Amino acid sequence: MANYYTDIPELKYHLNNPMMERICELKERNYRDKEEFDYAPQDYADAMDSFDKVLEITGEITGEIIAPNAEGVDAEGPHCANGRVEYASGTKQNLDAMVKAGLNGMTMPRRFGGLNFPITPYTMCAEIVAAADAGFGNIWSLQDCIETLYEFGNEDQHSRFIPRICAGETMSMDLTEPDAGSDLQSVMLKATFDEKENCWRLNGVKRFITNGDADLHLVLARSEEGTKDGRGLSMFIYDKRQGGVDVRRIENKLGIHGSPTCELVYKNAKAELCGDRKLGLIKYVMALMNGARLGIAAQSVGLSQAAYNEGLAYAKERKQFGKAIIDFPAVYDMLSIMKAKLDAGRALLYQTSRYVDIYKALDDIARERKLTPEERQEQKKYAKLADAFTPLAKGMNSEYANQNAYDCIQIHGGSGFMLEYACQRIYRDARITSIYEGTTQLQTVAAIRYVTNGSYLATIREFETLPCSPEMEPLKARLVEMANKFEACMNKVKEAQNQELQDFVARRLYEMAADCIMAHLLIQDATKAPEMFAKSAVVYLNYVEAEVEKHSNFILKFKAEALTSYRQ
Amino acid sequence: MSLKIIVLAKQVPDTRNVGKDAMKEDGTINRAALPAIFNPEDLNALEQALRLKDTYPGTTVTLLTMGPGRAAEIIREGLYRGADGGYLLTDRAFAGADTLATSYALATAIKKIGDYDIIIGGRQAIDGDTAQVGPQVAEKLGLTQITYAEEILNVDEQSRRITVKRHIDGGVETVEGPLPIVITVNGSAAPCRPRNAKLVMKYKRALGAQEKNAAPACHPGVPEPSYPELYETRPYLNIPEWSVADVNGDLAQCGLSGSPTKVKAIQNIVFQAKESKTLTGSDQDVEDLIVELLANHTIG
Repeated sequence: MANYYTDIPELKYHLNNPMMERICELKERNYRDKEEFDYAPQDYADAMDSFDKVLEITGEITGEIIAPNAEGVDAEGPHCANGRVEYASGTKQNLDAMVKAGLNGMTMPRRFGGLNFPITPYTMCAEIVAAADAGFGNIWSLQDCIETLYEFGNEDQHSRFIPRICAGETMSMDLTEPDAGSDLQSVMLKATFDEKENCWRLNGVKRFITNGDADLHLVLARSEEGTKDGRGLSMFIYDKRQGGVDVRRIENKLGIHGSPTCELVYKNAKAELCGDRKLGLIKYVMALMNGARLGIAAQSVGLSQAAYNEGLAYAKERKQFGKAIIDFPAVYDMLSIMKAKLDAGRALLYQTSRYVDIYKALDDIARERKLTPEERQEQKKYAKLADAFTPLAKGMNSEYANQNAYDCIQIHGGSGFMLEYACQRIYRDARITSIYEGTTQLQTVAAIRYVTNGSYLATIREFETLPCSPEMEPLKARLVEMANKFEACMNKVKEAQNQELQDFVARRLYEMAADCIMAHLLIQDATKAPEMFAKSAVVYLNYVEAEVEKHSNFILKFKAEALTSYRQ
Repeated sequence: MSLKIIVLAKQVPDTRNVGKDAMKEDGTINRAALPAIFNPEDLNALEQALRLKDTYPGTTVTLLTMGPGRAAEIIREGLYRGADGGYLLTDRAFAGADTLATSYALATAIKKIGDYDIIIGGRQAIDGDTAQVGPQVAEKLGLTQITYAEEILNVDEQSRRITVKRHIDGGVETVEGPLPIVITVNGSAAPCRPRNAKLVMKYKRALGAQEKNAAPACHPGVPEPSYPELYETRPYLNIPEWSVADVNGDLAQCGLSGSPTKVKAIQNIVFQAKESKTLTGSDQDVEDLIVELLANHTIG
């Protein structure tokens, strides 16, 4: 039987990154739990061994239960009756197995029943699950909403809600509405304080809510009457046990059929405030979305892997003109680029998750004691890197997932267009990744300030100082030239001082930065593990060098007057 | 009500993935080429035991297995899924046992454990496919037995009777029996739950004495006993091993000397072309095949 963890040695390679030592030390507070909890690690090596073992369980359940169920779940989908969601039968089996294996509330502290895992191994589990069934991946991965409740809820809320999530209850984040999609400032769901019952009441409609019939919801609602922007929004916790929210319908979607996308009606639903009033959007949802974006990046990498696996297997097996089609340059070109995008995107994903791990662990320590000046500096550094890298990881990986799914069907030829093969499901499932939790265009908006303020360039220049193997040196030299082109384009756009022009070429600048960063990460990986990554490093560098050249050519030749030809 | 359950489990070569090198020239199993796994139907039995533990808090589930030192893996796998402990029957004198000697060894160990309500195991092991050990254990202990169980429906505290759904030809029947009882579970029962993350982290260092003394390099997959102090402070990490003497066994009834079964000859069966049959995809051919397979009990 397939094990979705041990079959992909790249995962273990990324797990064993040296930064994990610092992450574990912070997350485990120097391994203080070992006397109190029989499953807490003794030291760093023990912690890493536990991650490995838990990933193996996840890989096994994914291979033996989730993957075989995926086709049935896609065909059956969830149903809505009497205001409630009924999952597909395969989804129920999947969830039951994950809960019994204790893979819920993975990142929560042990005192609440969690595993106290860093974000990085948790993200790996999310990638693994999504590779078999991206839709189920959503239901299971929404457990990471609990991070936001943990960060901003009070002690009483922690003790009431976190153990339930660790025991396997599911979550949703109720943000979007019919007239508030990308623009969450327009959220209208009304929150009013009920003086008599001393609680908040929610009224209105939410739309496109993933897993909308979850046990526990984090809800963005307008608590300040008369306000129109984000400053009038607060975040609330709605507990399904209280009642008051019904599912009006489940959307009929192109992909991720296993994941119920719901329209919710709030009828005087009892809710409680999470954190402070008015900080709902500007602080808490931002935190929530950053976590969710990392989750979608993981889902995308899982899909990229699935697309590559299917494409590779078919190309080896399918014979035309007397030989396997994988031996034709036109086909192995596609496969090698798929693999290179997968390896590059995964490197970016886990680099980002490690940054998130360090700053979040330090944030958590700051809730217990004052950080030392060095720790504060460390926290600031990694928080900034995480903020800068998250939109790159989400945007690039979701685009790569789509590209890989497209190429996967292309390799299958006419068979790929038939519904019998898994590649069509991967193609449909991948399509949403570049849309939800902020479209790629919005990831560009989130990232562009790190282009213009020079953060990405500084990171790239820092990567250039890292030593690499002699085999990788020539690639690195070409990469320095690519960074120079990125810098020239960036300077040209900045000097033009034209906001519309900057917005217009932002996506190209964003991609140039991402391409350079991922190429550096891959060169580092190929230095440490050439047997795994050397080919991809070469292929990826050839690919992104041409990409950077293309963007550079466009930007340097582009005149702002030409925008009139583009405006519709 | 709390029950005391003993689960009989066996480590077997994985005969589901047999390659060319699965058999040695002399016709015996090449164990080195086949990974050792938890006998599949014993996992079904373990699940039934764990479900009783879920239903009746305070219930304990104890594994009992017989095999070489590395069979302690069976106990660990049980602990990872929610069992409370286990014993490994291991002794050179147990080696080479047929079903009679095996059931003798298990029965003496069960007597030593002493306190039990339910003894449950898989219907049969995939290496021998005899389905004899469970019933023989029941006979040796003088207990009622229910074979081919698919689901334990209920245990009545007052009457101390258990209700079990069992698989029969063409359907199921529901039967009742008194505790203590021996039950063997069919592969059609619910699959076993996955390993639990917290339990794996808790028990991953649990070792039998032989494993502890062996160099880890010789036993790939066996965790390194790198935290020796833990075996003092956490007694549950020591998997008890019992020899023939520990269970007061009669050497003459153990292992090879206690096994009347003698292998007379071993034949390699190679399917001949004349035994094969060509079918078309027509409905008639498919129907004929189904009828034939049902008639000779290949399916159904």
